[in-house]
Amino acid sequence: MARVIELNKSITDSNDRDAQQLREELRRRGLFLINLMSSPGSGKTTLLSRTITDLKDDVGIAVLEADIESDVDAAHIESLGAVALQVHTDGMCHMDAGMTRRGLEGMDLTDIQLAFLENVGNLICPAEYDTGAHANVMLLSVPEGDDKPLKYPLMFSMVDALVITKTDTLEYFDFSIEKCAERVRRLNPGVQIFPVSAETGEGMDAWENWLKSHLE
Amino acid sequence: MHELGVVFHVIDNIKEVAEEQGITHVEAVTLRLGTVSSVIPEYLEDCWKWAIGREPLMTDCRLAIEPVEAITYCEDCQTEYDTIAHGRTCPNCGSEHTYLLQGNEFVIKDITV
Ligand SMILES: Nc1nc2c(ncn2[C@@H]2O[C@H](COP(=O)(O)OP(=O)(O)O)[C@@H](O)[C@H]2O)c(=O)[nH]1
Ligand SMILES: [Mg+2]
Ligand SMILES: [Zn+2]
Repeated sequence: MARVIELNKSITDSNDRDAQQLREELRRRGLFLINLMSSPGSGKTTLLSRTITDLKDDVGIAVLEADIESDVDAAHIESLGAVALQVHTDGMCHMDAGMTRRGLEGMDLTDIQLAFLENVGNLICPAEYDTGAHANVMLLSVPEGDDKPLKYPLMFSMVDALVITKTDTLEYFDFSIEKCAERVRRLNPGVQIFPVSAETGEGMDAWENWLKSHLE
Repeated sequence: MHELGVVFHVIDNIKEVAEEQGITHVEAVTLRLGTVSSVIPEYLEDCWKWAIGREPLMTDCRLAIEPVEAITYCEDCQTEYDTIAHGRTCPNCGSEHTYLLQGNEFVIKDITV
């Protein structure tokens, strides 16, 4: 006999549970995981490269590379002094907690305190899936425009920090950091905002101090 | 593609329930899908057909989608309006202090076993 079972279950339920479990496990191992999200080309890999170069003598860093649009591959990240792994997302538009766990399990994390997930380049889907990270960080590059928070409110409202990248190009674009910050804070009053240029190094200190403040 | 990931999540959730309740075959699934939920129903159906072919638990499982209308609330004039037609700006007073009341749902309503 056919029978109907009422579930009324949000589809992200089981992912949310997996993510919470992963977060707690990583914390117990002394690992802080950051989920980096942005549009393709906003500067995730470049920011990571500079961050690794600056911090590698003090902090063990790992990078889980899930962005297929990446110019610089995992091998390059390794050459800078981090542990890195490229995961294949098979055309998926976001990482979920299960994929993140499998990726991390494929790496040697013995001396690692800080791990980054470079999520798939997309401002919609990654916002809806908890990866198990301890902090969510979004990158917005100056050429993308200061009105992006109006177009992607969910992403801007869920992140712990916003890195405004490529600030060395400010003079060529009609981008106001103040206007952008005001729009983002209206959606997300507690957000940390870091304007940086990975090209010149401007603003990297504040970003790196924020990273270090999360480590034990 | 977003829809494929979403279908995998639906199937994962259903497999969990099936295991808990000792269900061996699912005949039909009803989803409630908000009209601003970032999922395109037509794509979802295509991905569904492909994905259930790989799951013995769900062979030939039918998919029904119930749309949930998107409604936004304006904090300034305390009215509700149609999100699809007017977006974030209140058509009654022009305010942008608005939030979505419903319409981004993505819920597995029920399964037939
Ligand atoms: N001018 C400038 N260009 C940058 C900066 N950061 C990244 N880029 C450039 O932006 C492009 C995309 O960067 P990438 O890090 O690969 O972006 P991803 O797709 O988010 O990983 C590359 O050509 C980088 O050289 C920056 O701070 N200033
Ligand atoms: Mg990249
Ligand atoms: Zn109003």
